[in-house]
Amino acid sequence: MTKPHPALTALLYGLLTIGAVIALLPFAWVLFGAFKTQAEIMSAPGAWLPRSFANLDNFVTLFSERRFGRYMINSLIVSAATVITNVLFATMAGYALAKLEFPGQKMVFGCVLAAMMVPYIALFVPQFFIVVQMGLVNTLTAVVLPMAVMPIGVFIMRQFANSVPDELLEAARLDGAGEFAIFFKIFLPLVGPAIATVAIITFLNSWNYFLWPLIVAQNQDTYTLPVGLAVASQAAKSTDYGLLLAGAIVVLLPVLILFLFLQKYFVQGIAGTGIK
Amino acid sequence: MFRIALWKQEPSPWRAATAWLFVAPFMTIFVVFTAVPAVLALIYSFTDIGVADIRHPLDVDFVSFQTFARVLTNPGFLKSVWTTALFVLIGVPLTMMIGLALAIGLNSGITKLRATYRAAFYLPVITNIVAAAVIWQYAFTLSGPVNSMLEAMGATGPNWLGDPRMAMPTVIMLAVWRNIGTCMVLFLAGLQAIPSDVYEAARIDGASAWRRFSAITLPLLKPATLLVTVLMTVSFMNIFDEPYLVTKGGPLSSTKSVALWVYEQFGQGNIAPAMAGSYVMLAIVVVLGVLQLRLLRAH
Repeated sequence: MTKPHPALTALLYGLLTIGAVIALLPFAWVLFGAFKTQAEIMSAPGAWLPRSFANLDNFVTLFSERRFGRYMINSLIVSAATVITNVLFATMAGYALAKLEFPGQKMVFGCVLAAMMVPYIALFVPQFFIVVQMGLVNTLTAVVLPMAVMPIGVFIMRQFANSVPDELLEAARLDGAGEFAIFFKIFLPLVGPAIATVAIITFLNSWNYFLWPLIVAQNQDTYTLPVGLAVASQAAKSTDYGLLLAGAIVVLLPVLILFLFLQKYFVQGIAGTGIK
Repeated sequence: MFRIALWKQEPSPWRAATAWLFVAPFMTIFVVFTAVPAVLALIYSFTDIGVADIRHPLDVDFVSFQTFARVLTNPGFLKSVWTTALFVLIGVPLTMMIGLALAIGLNSGITKLRATYRAAFYLPVITNIVAAAVIWQYAFTLSGPVNSMLEAMGATGPNWLGDPRMAMPTVIMLAVWRNIGTCMVLFLAGLQAIPSDVYEAARIDGASAWRRFSAITLPLLKPATLLVTVLMTVSFMNIFDEPYLVTKGGPLSSTKSVALWVYEQFGQGNIAPAMAGSYVMLAIVVVLGVLQLRLLRAH
Protein backbone atom coordinates (compact mmCIF):
# COMPACT_ATOMS: atom_id res chain seq x y z
CA MET A 1 0.00 0.00 0.00
CA THR A 2 1.30 3.44 -0.91
CA LYS A 3 1.79 5.76 2.01
CA PRO A 4 -0.44 8.83 2.20
CA HIS A 5 1.21 12.25 2.04
CA PRO A 6 2.82 13.23 5.38
CA ALA A 7 0.80 16.47 5.47
CA LEU A 8 -2.42 14.47 5.10
CA THR A 9 -1.34 12.15 7.88
CA ALA A 10 -0.64 15.13 10.13
CA LEU A 11 -4.04 16.62 9.30
CA LEU A 12 -5.72 13.30 10.08
CA TYR A 13 -3.98 13.07 13.45
CA GLY A 14 -4.97 16.68 14.16
CA LEU A 15 -8.64 16.06 13.40
CA LEU A 16 -8.77 12.79 15.34
CA THR A 17 -7.15 14.45 18.33
CA ILE A 18 -9.62 17.34 18.30
CA GLY A 19 -12.49 14.83 18.01
CA ALA A 20 -11.15 12.73 20.88
CA VAL A 21 -10.76 15.81 23.08
CA ILE A 22 -14.37 16.85 22.40
CA ALA A 23 -15.59 13.29 23.09
CA LEU A 24 -13.73 13.29 26.40
CA LEU A 25 -14.69 16.83 27.56
CA PRO A 26 -17.71 15.64 29.61
CA PHE A 27 -15.37 13.37 31.58
CA ALA A 28 -13.20 16.39 32.41
CA TRP A 29 -16.28 18.33 33.56
CA VAL A 30 -17.43 15.56 35.89
CA LEU A 31 -13.95 14.87 37.23
CA PHE A 32 -13.27 18.53 38.02
CA GLY A 33 -16.80 19.32 39.19
CA ALA A 34 -17.03 16.49 41.71
CA PHE A 35 -14.43 18.17 43.92
CA LYS A 36 -16.20 21.55 44.04
CA THR A 37 -18.18 22.80 47.02
CA GLN A 38 -21.61 24.20 46.40
CA ALA A 39 -20.41 27.70 47.33
CA GLU A 40 -17.69 27.36 44.73
CA ILE A 41 -20.16 26.43 42.01
CA MET A 42 -22.53 29.23 43.01
CA SER A 43 -19.83 31.92 42.99
CA ALA A 44 -17.99 30.79 39.84
CA PRO A 45 -20.26 28.44 37.88
CA GLY A 46 -18.15 28.69 34.74
CA ALA A 47 -14.80 27.78 36.30
CA TRP A 48 -13.44 24.44 35.13
CA LEU A 49 -10.96 23.50 37.83
CA PRO A 50 -11.89 23.10 41.51
CA ARG A 51 -9.98 25.04 44.14
CA SER A 52 -8.66 21.82 45.59
CA PHE A 53 -8.71 18.17 44.60
CA ALA A 54 -8.33 17.27 48.28
CA ASN A 55 -11.94 18.25 48.98
CA LEU A 56 -13.68 14.88 49.32
CA ASP A 57 -16.73 16.26 51.17
CA ASN A 58 -19.09 15.44 48.32
CA PHE A 59 -18.12 11.78 48.35
CA VAL A 60 -18.36 11.61 52.14
CA THR A 61 -21.85 13.17 52.04
CA LEU A 62 -23.02 10.64 49.45
CA PHE A 63 -22.18 7.70 51.65
CA SER A 64 -23.03 9.21 55.04
CA GLU A 65 -26.06 11.50 54.59
CA ARG A 66 -27.36 10.07 51.30
CA ARG A 67 -27.71 6.31 50.99
CA PHE A 68 -25.29 5.65 48.14
CA GLY A 69 -23.75 2.76 50.07
CA ARG A 70 -27.11 0.97 50.02
CA TYR A 71 -27.65 1.79 46.33
CA MET A 72 -24.22 0.48 45.49
CA ILE A 73 -24.85 -2.81 47.30
CA ASN A 74 -28.20 -3.10 45.46
CA SER A 75 -26.52 -2.42 42.12
CA LEU A 76 -23.84 -5.01 42.86
CA ILE A 77 -26.43 -7.63 43.85
CA VAL A 78 -28.53 -6.95 40.74
CA SER A 79 -25.50 -7.02 38.43
CA ALA A 80 -23.99 -10.16 39.98
CA ALA A 81 -27.30 -12.04 39.81
CA THR A 82 -27.93 -10.91 36.23
CA VAL A 83 -24.45 -11.86 35.05
CA ILE A 84 -24.71 -15.34 36.60
CA THR A 85 -28.17 -16.12 35.19
CA ASN A 86 -27.36 -14.67 31.76
CA VAL A 87 -24.07 -16.50 31.35
CA LEU A 88 -25.62 -19.82 32.37
CA PHE A 89 -28.93 -19.56 30.49
CA ALA A 90 -27.55 -17.81 27.40
CA THR A 91 -24.81 -20.41 27.04
CA MET A 92 -27.34 -23.23 27.34
CA ALA A 93 -29.77 -21.64 24.86
CA GLY A 94 -27.03 -20.61 22.43
CA TYR A 95 -25.62 -24.14 22.45
CA ALA A 96 -29.02 -25.72 21.86
CA LEU A 97 -29.82 -23.31 19.02
CA ALA A 98 -26.49 -23.85 17.27
CA LYS A 99 -25.61 -27.47 18.00
CA LEU A 100 -28.72 -29.52 18.76
CA GLU A 101 -31.50 -30.22 16.31
CA PHE A 102 -34.95 -30.07 17.83
CA PRO A 103 -38.51 -29.34 16.79
CA GLY A 104 -39.33 -25.66 17.26
CA GLN A 105 -35.71 -24.53 16.85
CA LYS A 106 -36.55 -21.87 14.25
CA MET A 107 -39.41 -20.59 16.36
CA VAL A 108 -37.14 -20.21 19.41
CA PHE A 109 -34.58 -18.30 17.36
CA GLY A 110 -37.39 -16.12 16.02
CA CYS A 111 -38.28 -15.30 19.63
CA VAL A 112 -34.65 -14.27 20.27
CA LEU A 113 -34.77 -11.87 17.31
CA ALA A 114 -38.22 -10.57 18.25
CA ALA A 115 -37.09 -9.89 21.82
CA MET A 116 -34.17 -7.86 20.47
CA MET A 117 -36.41 -5.75 18.22
CA VAL A 118 -39.42 -4.98 20.43
CA PRO A 119 -39.20 -1.44 21.79
CA TYR A 120 -39.07 -1.64 25.55
CA ILE A 121 -41.43 1.28 25.96
CA ALA A 122 -44.27 -0.91 24.65
CA LEU A 123 -43.68 -3.51 27.37
CA PHE A 124 -43.01 -1.83 30.67
CA VAL A 125 -46.61 -1.06 31.67
CA PRO A 126 -47.88 -4.67 31.32
CA GLN A 127 -44.59 -5.92 32.81
CA PHE A 128 -45.39 -3.82 35.85
CA PHE A 129 -48.88 -5.44 36.00
CA ILE A 130 -47.30 -8.89 35.95
CA VAL A 131 -44.85 -8.02 38.69
CA VAL A 132 -47.72 -6.61 40.78
CA GLN A 133 -49.64 -9.87 40.32
CA MET A 134 -46.56 -11.85 41.37
CA GLY A 135 -46.36 -9.68 44.48
CA LEU A 136 -42.79 -8.68 43.67
CA VAL A 137 -43.08 -4.88 43.52
CA ASN A 138 -40.26 -3.16 45.34
CA THR A 139 -37.94 -6.18 45.41
CA LEU A 140 -34.58 -6.70 43.75
CA THR A 141 -35.95 -9.95 42.31
CA ALA A 142 -38.38 -7.88 40.24
CA VAL A 143 -35.48 -5.76 38.98
CA VAL A 144 -33.52 -8.85 37.88
CA LEU A 145 -36.26 -11.16 36.51
CA PRO A 146 -37.10 -9.51 33.16
CA MET A 147 -33.41 -9.38 32.25
CA ALA A 148 -32.45 -12.79 33.63
CA VAL A 149 -31.79 -14.04 30.06
CA MET A 150 -31.23 -11.18 27.65
CA PRO A 151 -31.73 -12.06 23.97
CA ILE A 152 -28.47 -10.37 23.02
CA GLY A 153 -26.52 -12.87 25.13
CA VAL A 154 -28.30 -15.84 23.53
CA PHE A 155 -27.62 -14.34 20.11
CA ILE A 156 -23.90 -13.88 20.80
CA MET A 157 -23.54 -17.37 22.28
CA ARG A 158 -25.26 -18.89 19.26
CA GLN A 159 -22.84 -17.09 16.93
CA PHE A 160 -19.83 -18.37 18.86
CA ALA A 161 -21.25 -21.88 19.21
CA ASN A 162 -21.62 -22.08 15.44
CA SER A 163 -17.85 -21.89 15.14
CA VAL A 164 -17.30 -24.96 17.35
CA PRO A 165 -16.75 -27.95 15.02
CA ASP A 166 -19.59 -30.51 15.03
CA GLU A 167 -17.07 -33.36 14.75
CA LEU A 168 -15.83 -32.74 18.27
CA LEU A 169 -19.29 -33.11 19.77
CA GLU A 170 -20.16 -36.08 17.52
CA ALA A 171 -16.96 -37.90 18.47
CA ALA A 172 -17.86 -37.55 22.13
CA ARG A 173 -21.37 -38.81 21.39
CA LEU A 174 -19.91 -41.88 19.64
CA ASP A 175 -17.80 -42.50 22.70
CA GLY A 176 -21.00 -42.71 24.67
CA ALA A 177 -20.92 -39.34 26.42
CA GLY A 178 -24.31 -38.03 27.57
CA GLU A 179 -25.77 -34.74 26.35
CA PHE A 180 -25.00 -32.96 29.63
CA ALA A 181 -21.44 -34.26 29.73
CA ILE A 182 -20.88 -33.02 26.18
CA PHE A 183 -22.18 -29.56 27.08
CA PHE A 184 -20.20 -29.20 30.29
CA LYS A 185 -16.97 -31.05 29.45
CA ILE A 186 -16.52 -30.46 25.72
CA PHE A 187 -18.47 -27.36 24.77
CA LEU A 188 -18.05 -25.04 27.78
CA PRO A 189 -14.22 -25.13 27.88
CA LEU A 190 -14.16 -24.10 24.20
CA VAL A 191 -16.24 -20.95 24.51
CA GLY A 192 -14.39 -19.06 27.25
CA PRO A 193 -14.03 -15.81 25.25
CA ALA A 194 -17.73 -15.86 24.34
CA ILE A 195 -18.65 -16.28 27.99
CA ALA A 196 -16.42 -13.32 28.87
CA THR A 197 -18.15 -11.21 26.20
CA VAL A 198 -21.63 -12.14 27.40
CA ALA A 199 -20.63 -11.53 31.03
CA ILE A 200 -19.31 -8.05 30.23
CA ILE A 201 -22.25 -7.01 28.07
CA THR A 202 -24.65 -8.24 30.71
CA PHE A 203 -22.79 -6.41 33.45
CA LEU A 204 -22.82 -3.22 31.41
CA ASN A 205 -26.54 -3.49 30.62
CA SER A 206 -27.60 -4.33 34.15
CA TRP A 207 -25.34 -1.75 35.81
CA ASN A 208 -26.66 0.98 33.49
CA TYR A 209 -30.28 -0.19 33.39
CA PHE A 210 -32.54 2.70 34.32
CA LEU A 211 -36.21 2.71 33.31
CA TRP A 212 -37.28 -0.65 34.76
CA PRO A 213 -35.55 -0.28 38.16
CA LEU A 214 -37.03 3.24 38.31
CA ILE A 215 -40.52 1.75 37.95
CA VAL A 216 -40.32 -1.30 40.25
CA ALA A 217 -38.06 0.11 42.96
CA GLN A 218 -40.37 2.34 44.94
CA ASN A 219 -38.37 3.17 48.01
CA GLN A 220 -34.76 3.85 48.87
CA ASP A 221 -34.11 0.31 50.10
CA THR A 222 -34.37 -1.06 46.57
CA TYR A 223 -32.91 1.81 44.54
CA THR A 224 -29.98 0.93 42.31
CA LEU A 225 -27.22 3.50 41.80
CA PRO A 226 -28.64 5.06 38.60
CA VAL A 227 -32.12 5.34 40.17
CA GLY A 228 -30.66 6.80 43.36
CA LEU A 229 -28.69 9.36 41.36
CA ALA A 230 -31.65 10.27 39.16
CA VAL A 231 -33.95 10.73 42.15
CA ALA A 232 -31.32 12.83 43.92
CA SER A 233 -30.84 14.94 40.81
CA GLN A 234 -34.56 15.57 40.43
CA ALA A 235 -35.12 16.23 44.13
CA ALA A 236 -32.20 18.64 44.40
CA LYS A 237 -33.92 21.78 43.23
CA SER A 238 -31.00 23.56 44.85
CA THR A 239 -28.86 22.03 42.09
CA ASP A 240 -26.05 20.86 44.31
CA TYR A 241 -23.98 19.91 41.29
CA GLY A 242 -20.82 19.08 43.24
CA LEU A 243 -22.67 16.34 45.09
CA LEU A 244 -24.46 15.07 41.96
CA LEU A 245 -21.24 14.98 39.94
CA ALA A 246 -19.56 13.02 42.74
CA GLY A 247 -22.51 10.63 42.50
CA ALA A 248 -21.98 10.41 38.76
CA ILE A 249 -18.36 9.40 39.35
CA VAL A 250 -19.46 6.65 41.76
CA VAL A 251 -21.82 5.32 39.07
CA LEU A 252 -19.25 5.60 36.27
CA LEU A 253 -16.11 4.31 37.94
CA PRO A 254 -16.74 0.52 38.02
CA VAL A 255 -17.62 0.44 34.32
CA LEU A 256 -14.68 2.67 33.34
CA ILE A 257 -12.23 0.47 35.24
CA LEU A 258 -13.63 -2.67 33.60
CA PHE A 259 -13.46 -0.98 30.19
CA LEU A 260 -9.80 -0.04 30.58
CA PHE A 261 -8.84 -3.64 31.27
CA LEU A 262 -11.26 -5.52 29.03
CA GLN A 263 -11.78 -3.17 26.08
CA LYS A 264 -11.40 -6.04 23.60
CA TYR A 265 -14.52 -7.84 24.83
CA PHE A 266 -16.68 -4.70 24.88
CA VAL A 267 -15.93 -3.92 21.24
CA GLN A 268 -16.19 -7.59 20.24
CA GLY A 269 -19.67 -7.78 21.68
CA ILE A 270 -20.89 -4.83 19.63
CA ALA A 271 -19.17 -5.79 16.39
CA GLY A 272 -20.07 -9.48 16.84
CA THR A 273 -23.80 -8.86 17.09
CA GLY A 274 -23.80 -6.64 14.08
CA ILE A 275 -21.61 -8.06 11.41
CA LYS A 276 -21.37 -11.82 11.77
CA MET B 1 -16.95 -39.84 8.78
CA PHE B 2 -19.79 -41.81 7.24
CA ARG B 3 -20.92 -43.09 10.59
CA ILE B 4 -20.83 -39.58 12.04
CA ALA B 5 -22.98 -38.19 9.25
CA LEU B 6 -25.45 -41.03 9.67
CA TRP B 7 -25.63 -40.50 13.41
CA LYS B 8 -26.34 -36.82 12.99
CA GLN B 9 -29.42 -37.33 10.88
CA GLU B 10 -30.96 -39.80 13.25
CA PRO B 11 -33.64 -37.91 15.19
CA SER B 12 -33.05 -38.38 18.87
CA PRO B 13 -35.93 -37.65 21.24
CA TRP B 14 -33.50 -37.54 24.14
CA ARG B 15 -31.45 -34.84 22.41
CA ALA B 16 -34.58 -32.85 21.56
CA ALA B 17 -35.65 -33.03 25.20
CA THR B 18 -32.21 -31.81 26.29
CA ALA B 19 -32.40 -28.97 23.79
CA TRP B 20 -35.79 -27.84 25.08
CA LEU B 21 -34.50 -28.05 28.63
CA PHE B 22 -31.61 -25.79 27.56
CA VAL B 23 -33.81 -23.16 25.92
CA ALA B 24 -36.51 -23.38 28.62
CA PRO B 25 -35.13 -20.58 30.85
CA PHE B 26 -34.93 -18.17 27.92
CA MET B 27 -38.38 -19.13 26.63
CA THR B 28 -39.94 -18.80 30.09
CA ILE B 29 -38.60 -15.28 30.57
CA PHE B 30 -39.50 -14.42 26.97
CA VAL B 31 -43.10 -15.58 27.36
CA VAL B 32 -43.67 -13.97 30.76
CA PHE B 33 -41.89 -10.65 30.17
CA THR B 34 -42.08 -10.07 26.40
CA ALA B 35 -44.80 -12.10 24.67
CA VAL B 36 -47.50 -11.86 27.35
CA PRO B 37 -46.90 -8.11 27.97
CA ALA B 38 -47.04 -7.45 24.21
CA VAL B 39 -50.42 -9.22 23.99
CA LEU B 40 -51.69 -7.63 27.22
CA ALA B 41 -50.77 -4.16 26.00
CA LEU B 42 -52.77 -4.74 22.85
CA ILE B 43 -55.80 -6.09 24.70
CA TYR B 44 -55.78 -3.33 27.30
CA SER B 45 -55.51 -0.70 24.56
CA PHE B 46 -59.16 -1.54 23.85
CA THR B 47 -60.28 -1.07 27.46
CA ASP B 48 -60.72 1.82 29.85
CA ILE B 49 -58.24 0.43 32.40
CA GLY B 50 -57.01 2.96 34.92
CA VAL B 51 -54.62 2.91 37.83
CA ALA B 52 -57.31 1.67 40.22
CA ASP B 53 -57.73 -1.51 38.14
CA ILE B 54 -54.12 -2.70 38.41
CA ARG B 55 -54.96 -5.12 41.20
CA HIS B 56 -58.12 -6.35 39.43
CA PRO B 57 -57.04 -6.39 35.80
CA LEU B 58 -59.90 -8.64 34.69
CA ASP B 59 -62.60 -6.24 35.85
CA VAL B 60 -62.42 -3.66 33.04
CA ASP B 61 -64.76 -2.52 30.26
CA PHE B 62 -64.05 -2.88 26.58
CA VAL B 63 -64.36 0.38 24.68
CA SER B 64 -63.24 -0.82 21.24
CA PHE B 65 -61.27 1.86 19.41
CA GLN B 66 -62.20 4.74 21.72
CA THR B 67 -58.85 4.80 23.49
CA PHE B 68 -56.94 4.73 20.21
CA ALA B 69 -59.15 7.54 18.90
CA ARG B 70 -58.49 9.60 22.03
CA VAL B 71 -54.75 9.06 21.76
CA LEU B 72 -54.56 9.79 18.04
CA THR B 73 -56.44 13.07 18.46
CA ASN B 74 -54.55 14.13 21.58
CA PRO B 75 -52.48 17.25 20.75
CA GLY B 76 -49.84 16.27 23.32
CA PHE B 77 -49.41 12.85 21.73
CA LEU B 78 -49.27 14.25 18.20
CA LYS B 79 -46.67 16.79 19.26
CA SER B 80 -44.59 14.01 20.82
CA VAL B 81 -44.77 12.08 17.52
CA TRP B 82 -43.41 15.16 15.74
CA THR B 83 -40.68 15.62 18.37
CA THR B 84 -39.68 11.95 18.03
CA ALA B 85 -39.56 12.36 14.25
CA LEU B 86 -37.19 15.30 14.76
CA PHE B 87 -35.00 13.18 17.06
CA VAL B 88 -34.80 10.51 14.36
CA LEU B 89 -34.39 12.81 11.35
CA ILE B 90 -31.63 14.89 12.94
CA GLY B 91 -30.04 12.42 15.33
CA VAL B 92 -29.69 9.39 13.05
CA PRO B 93 -27.92 11.02 10.06
CA LEU B 94 -25.74 13.15 12.34
CA THR B 95 -24.61 10.16 14.42
CA MET B 96 -24.00 8.02 11.33
CA MET B 97 -22.01 10.67 9.45
CA ILE B 98 -19.71 11.36 12.39
CA GLY B 99 -19.37 7.63 13.11
CA LEU B 100 -18.49 6.91 9.48
CA ALA B 101 -15.99 9.78 9.33
CA LEU B 102 -14.24 8.49 12.46
CA ALA B 103 -14.20 4.91 11.15
CA ILE B 104 -12.66 6.03 7.86
CA GLY B 105 -10.13 8.17 9.73
CA LEU B 106 -9.13 5.24 11.94
CA ASN B 107 -8.99 2.87 8.96
CA SER B 108 -6.82 5.02 6.71
CA GLY B 109 -3.47 3.57 7.60
CA ILE B 110 -2.64 5.27 10.87
CA THR B 111 -1.02 2.94 13.34
CA LYS B 112 0.05 5.14 16.24
CA LEU B 113 -2.55 5.86 18.91
CA ARG B 114 -5.22 3.97 16.94
CA ALA B 115 -6.41 2.00 19.96
CA THR B 116 -6.38 5.15 22.09
CA TYR B 117 -8.57 7.08 19.66
CA ARG B 118 -10.96 4.16 19.36
CA ALA B 119 -11.22 3.90 23.14
CA ALA B 120 -11.86 7.65 23.45
CA PHE B 121 -14.70 7.57 20.91
CA TYR B 122 -16.16 4.41 22.39
CA LEU B 123 -16.09 5.55 26.01
CA PRO B 124 -19.37 7.58 25.78
CA VAL B 125 -21.22 4.40 24.72
CA ILE B 126 -20.58 2.70 28.04
CA THR B 127 -21.20 5.84 30.09
CA ASN B 128 -24.17 5.55 32.40
CA ILE B 129 -27.00 7.72 31.07
CA VAL B 130 -28.00 9.10 34.46
CA ALA B 131 -24.42 10.19 35.12
CA ALA B 132 -24.15 11.65 31.61
CA ALA B 133 -27.40 13.57 32.09
CA VAL B 134 -26.12 15.06 35.37
CA ILE B 135 -22.97 16.16 33.56
CA TRP B 136 -25.05 17.69 30.75
CA GLN B 137 -27.29 19.60 33.18
CA TYR B 138 -24.25 20.98 34.97
CA ALA B 139 -22.17 21.79 31.88
CA PHE B 140 -24.97 23.46 29.93
CA THR B 141 -26.36 25.74 32.65
CA LEU B 142 -26.54 29.39 31.65
CA SER B 143 -23.13 30.36 33.06
CA GLY B 144 -21.67 26.84 33.24
CA PRO B 145 -18.46 25.38 31.81
CA VAL B 146 -19.70 25.26 28.19
CA ASN B 147 -20.71 28.89 28.06
CA SER B 148 -17.58 30.00 29.91
CA MET B 149 -15.57 28.17 27.24
CA LEU B 150 -17.56 29.92 24.49
CA GLU B 151 -17.03 33.23 26.26
CA ALA B 152 -13.27 32.66 26.32
CA MET B 153 -13.49 32.21 22.56
CA GLY B 154 -15.39 35.48 22.23
CA ALA B 155 -18.89 34.07 21.73
CA THR B 156 -21.99 34.37 23.88
CA GLY B 157 -23.53 31.01 24.65
CA PRO B 158 -27.32 30.55 24.61
CA ASN B 159 -29.55 29.41 27.46
CA TRP B 160 -29.14 25.78 26.36
CA LEU B 161 -31.69 24.07 28.58
CA GLY B 162 -34.03 26.99 29.29
CA ASP B 163 -34.78 28.09 25.74
CA PRO B 164 -37.34 25.86 23.98
CA ARG B 165 -35.43 26.26 20.71
CA MET B 166 -32.08 25.26 22.22
CA ALA B 167 -33.19 22.38 24.50
CA MET B 168 -33.77 20.00 21.59
CA PRO B 169 -30.27 20.46 20.07
CA THR B 170 -28.74 20.09 23.55
CA VAL B 171 -30.55 16.79 24.20
CA ILE B 172 -29.73 15.57 20.67
CA MET B 173 -26.06 16.35 21.33
CA LEU B 174 -26.15 14.02 24.34
CA ALA B 175 -27.83 11.22 22.34
CA VAL B 176 -25.41 11.66 19.44
CA TRP B 177 -22.43 11.68 21.80
CA ARG B 178 -23.58 8.37 23.30
CA ASN B 179 -24.28 6.63 19.96
CA ILE B 180 -21.32 7.66 17.79
CA GLY B 181 -19.08 4.93 19.24
CA THR B 182 -21.49 2.14 18.27
CA CYS B 183 -21.69 3.47 14.69
CA MET B 184 -17.92 3.81 14.53
CA VAL B 185 -17.26 0.23 15.66
CA LEU B 186 -19.80 -1.22 13.22
CA PHE B 187 -18.54 0.88 10.30
CA LEU B 188 -14.95 -0.02 11.19
CA ALA B 189 -15.81 -3.72 11.07
CA GLY B 190 -17.46 -3.13 7.68
CA LEU B 191 -14.46 -1.23 6.33
CA GLN B 192 -12.05 -3.91 7.46
CA ALA B 193 -14.03 -6.49 5.50
CA ILE B 194 -13.29 -4.66 2.23
CA PRO B 195 -10.21 -6.30 0.64
CA SER B 196 -7.39 -3.80 0.16
CA ASP B 197 -6.48 -5.06 -3.34
CA VAL B 198 -9.73 -3.53 -4.64
CA TYR B 199 -8.32 -0.14 -3.69
CA GLU B 200 -4.92 -1.02 -5.16
CA ALA B 201 -6.49 -1.89 -8.50
CA ALA B 202 -8.49 1.36 -8.52
CA ARG B 203 -5.36 3.35 -7.68
CA ILE B 204 -3.44 1.74 -10.53
CA ASP B 205 -6.31 2.66 -12.84
CA GLY B 206 -5.88 6.25 -11.69
CA ALA B 207 -9.08 6.66 -9.65
CA SER B 208 -9.12 9.78 -7.45
CA ALA B 209 -9.59 9.56 -3.68
CA TRP B 210 -13.20 10.77 -3.97
CA ARG B 211 -13.90 8.30 -6.76
CA ARG B 212 -12.45 5.45 -4.67
CA PHE B 213 -14.69 6.51 -1.78
CA SER B 214 -17.89 6.87 -3.81
CA ALA B 215 -17.35 3.91 -6.15
CA ILE B 216 -15.78 1.38 -3.77
CA THR B 217 -16.15 2.26 -0.10
CA LEU B 218 -19.79 3.39 -0.05
CA PRO B 219 -21.26 0.53 -2.14
CA LEU B 220 -19.25 -2.16 -0.34
CA LEU B 221 -20.21 -0.63 2.99
CA LYS B 222 -23.92 -0.92 2.23
CA PRO B 223 -24.67 -3.92 4.51
CA ALA B 224 -22.98 -2.18 7.45
CA THR B 225 -24.75 1.09 6.62
CA LEU B 226 -28.19 -0.51 6.55
CA LEU B 227 -27.52 -2.34 9.81
CA VAL B 228 -26.40 0.88 11.51
CA THR B 229 -29.45 2.68 10.08
CA VAL B 230 -31.79 0.08 11.60
CA LEU B 231 -30.04 0.14 14.98
CA MET B 232 -29.91 3.93 15.18
CA THR B 233 -33.48 4.45 13.95
CA VAL B 234 -34.83 2.08 16.60
CA SER B 235 -32.65 3.67 19.25
CA PHE B 236 -33.72 7.25 18.42
CA MET B 237 -37.40 6.32 17.95
CA ASN B 238 -37.45 4.90 21.47
CA ILE B 239 -35.56 7.82 22.97
CA PHE B 240 -36.56 8.21 26.61
CA ASP B 241 -33.62 8.44 29.02
CA GLU B 242 -32.00 11.55 27.54
CA PRO B 243 -35.03 13.89 27.48
CA TYR B 244 -36.47 12.43 30.69
CA LEU B 245 -33.28 12.99 32.66
CA VAL B 246 -31.98 16.24 31.17
CA THR B 247 -35.13 18.29 30.51
CA LYS B 248 -38.10 16.23 31.74
CA GLY B 249 -39.49 16.79 28.26
CA GLY B 250 -39.47 20.58 28.64
CA PRO B 251 -39.27 23.47 28.31
CA LEU B 252 -42.81 23.79 26.90
CA SER B 253 -42.78 20.07 25.94
CA SER B 254 -40.16 20.87 23.32
CA THR B 255 -38.24 17.65 24.00
CA LYS B 256 -41.11 15.31 24.93
CA SER B 257 -40.71 12.10 22.89
CA VAL B 258 -43.46 9.49 22.46
CA ALA B 259 -41.74 7.22 24.99
CA LEU B 260 -41.72 10.05 27.50
CA TRP B 261 -45.40 10.82 26.77
CA VAL B 262 -46.26 7.15 27.41
CA TYR B 263 -44.29 7.18 30.67
CA GLU B 264 -46.09 10.35 31.81
CA GLN B 265 -49.51 8.88 31.05
CA PHE B 266 -48.55 5.79 33.06
CA GLY B 267 -47.36 8.02 35.90
CA GLN B 268 -50.69 9.91 35.89
CA GLY B 269 -52.63 6.65 36.04
CA ASN B 270 -53.93 6.84 32.44
CA ILE B 271 -53.00 3.24 31.81
CA ALA B 272 -55.12 2.59 28.71
CA PRO B 273 -53.87 5.66 26.78
CA ALA B 274 -50.30 4.74 27.78
CA MET B 275 -50.69 1.28 26.27
CA ALA B 276 -52.49 2.51 23.16
CA GLY B 277 -49.79 5.15 22.64
CA SER B 278 -47.02 2.60 23.02
CA TYR B 279 -48.80 0.35 20.51
CA VAL B 280 -48.98 3.14 17.95
CA MET B 281 -45.24 3.52 18.54
CA LEU B 282 -44.70 -0.23 18.25
CA ALA B 283 -46.62 -0.31 14.96
CA ILE B 284 -44.42 2.45 13.52
CA VAL B 285 -41.24 0.73 14.74
CA VAL B 286 -42.32 -2.62 13.28
CA VAL B 287 -43.29 -1.15 9.90
CA LEU B 288 -40.03 0.82 9.63
CA GLY B 289 -38.03 -2.15 10.92
CA VAL B 290 -39.54 -4.57 8.40
CA LEU B 291 -38.95 -2.07 5.58
CA GLN B 292 -35.33 -1.61 6.59
CA LEU B 293 -34.79 -5.36 7.03
CA ARG B 294 -36.19 -5.92 3.52
CA LEU B 295 -33.56 -3.52 2.23
CA LEU B 296 -30.92 -5.30 4.30
CA ARG B 297 -31.95 -8.71 2.94
CA ALA B 298 -31.87 -7.42 -0.63
CA HIS B 299 -28.10 -7.18 -0.29
